[in-house]
Amino acid sequence: MSRPVTDPPPRLADAPLLAVAGLRRAVDGRTLYRDLSFAVAPGERVAVRGPSGSGKTLLLRSLAGLEPLEAGSVVLLGISQADWSMPAYRRRLMLLPQRPSLPEGSVDRALAAPFAFRAHAGRRYDPAAARAYLERVGRTGTFLEKDTSRLSGGEQQLAALLRVLLLEPQILLLDEPTASLDADASEAVEALVAAWLERGDERAYLWTSHDAAQIERVSSRSVVVGSA
Amino acid sequence: MPAAYLTLGPVQLALAAVLLLVNLGLSAWLRLGLARSLLVAASRMVVQLLLVGLVLQFVFALHQPLPVLGIALVMATLAGVAAVNRTRRRFPGVLWDSLLTVVTAAFLVTGASLLGILRVRPWFEAQYAIPLLGMVLGNTLNGISLALDRFMEGVADGREAIEARLALGASRWEAAHGLVRESLRTGMIPTINAMMVMGVVSLPGMMTGQILAGAAPTDAVRYQIVIMFMIASATALGALGVTLLAFRALFDARDRLRSERLRRVGGRR
Repeated sequence: MSRPVTDPPPRLADAPLLAVAGLRRAVDGRTLYRDLSFAVAPGERVAVRGPSGSGKTLLLRSLAGLEPLEAGSVVLLGISQADWSMPAYRRRLMLLPQRPSLPEGSVDRALAAPFAFRAHAGRRYDPAAARAYLERVGRTGTFLEKDTSRLSGGEQQLAALLRVLLLEPQILLLDEPTASLDADASEAVEALVAAWLERGDERAYLWTSHDAAQIERVSSRSVVVGSA
Repeated sequence: MPAAYLTLGPVQLALAAVLLLVNLGLSAWLRLGLARSLLVAASRMVVQLLLVGLVLQFVFALHQPLPVLGIALVMATLAGVAAVNRTRRRFPGVLWDSLLTVVTAAFLVTGASLLGILRVRPWFEAQYAIPLLGMVLGNTLNGISLALDRFMEGVADGREAIEARLALGASRWEAAHGLVRESLRTGMIPTINAMMVMGVVSLPGMMTGQILAGAAPTDAVRYQIVIMFMIASATALGALGVTLLAFRALFDARDRLRSERLRRVGGRR
């Protein structure tokens, strides 16, 4: 077996960031999706749609490599998922789970923690960048000093999103990021993701949501999962 | 040479059993429902110990290495099984992981001590090998059981946190490192606590046994120190070994958490 890829060669001009072909997933003998194929180009805002229980979460988890692929291939930046070193893969393609999970301590520390992982070697946590993001959603730097155990549900999701954005992935997978949030917090999440997207050319996201109006706002096209 | 201690006959055993009768009477009188389990446990203890006494007497008289090794293997296997039985979850292969760890940790430490520290000649002298191994096994089994249980519970309870770290680019080792440390700590706590208060709060069983058998307290204490170091090192080795094997079973080479491999059982505590 060859060494897992940590740094892919430069992407060709018209190549997609992410290409998915022939994905299949069954749970307890029931096929959720099969022959699922799509590609994501730089700058694209993709909604993943489908009824409850259609496997949207499983799809995002598979794309993030947290679930084994039953069939088909996932190609990130021209390299098949199977050939990537997974930490290096997940540095470029990050999943924001529906339920945020933050370590104990201040928000500041929670944001800085992942920079200690080897996959992020050579990069440093920049509190100024965190404050810049926060200002865009009308919050001040004092948010960084709060204790994660005292955050509301919306604030926790905000912190978890901020943590992902500061790591500057190229592809973001957002799994119902605003499902349990009020309107203000949802708006903040949307604004932050938009800010992250416009900060780089080689970026794109996939977003699942039950809210049709939100899908309308945040996506330019959609991928349908499940028997539609 | 006459024995340096009083030998006990059936009469003494029967008299000691009377001590238990008091409890049985109290339990029956107050309807505590303890009588039955107390009787069963006491009978089991008597039968098991009398049998073990006979077996050991037989093995001691043989002065052969193979029977000693055989007994040692049986003891280690029982310890490995018991360690898993006390945990609340299982994954495929957990029994082998436990057996491998118990045998390796206990045999390495006991072997090295018999040969290198106590310098028993021949090394298989059952008078030394069996009791020392037994004490090491009993404690290693505890350490393995606690560490394994902590690790599996940590994976089950902390699935979201672990996967959150993986999703942020952590390797499986980076994602599990905190839990591995926590599991080792849990496995070592009883041994560390025991060493802390030894001789002050508790008089260890082996030392008291040697004193009863006529050994000078200063000699008995030296044995106790050696055995505690053996126990501490075997327990640390066992807890580390079993945690690493469980880590390998529950995290795969693609840096994924495989929590679906964990199965809950009605654990005995």
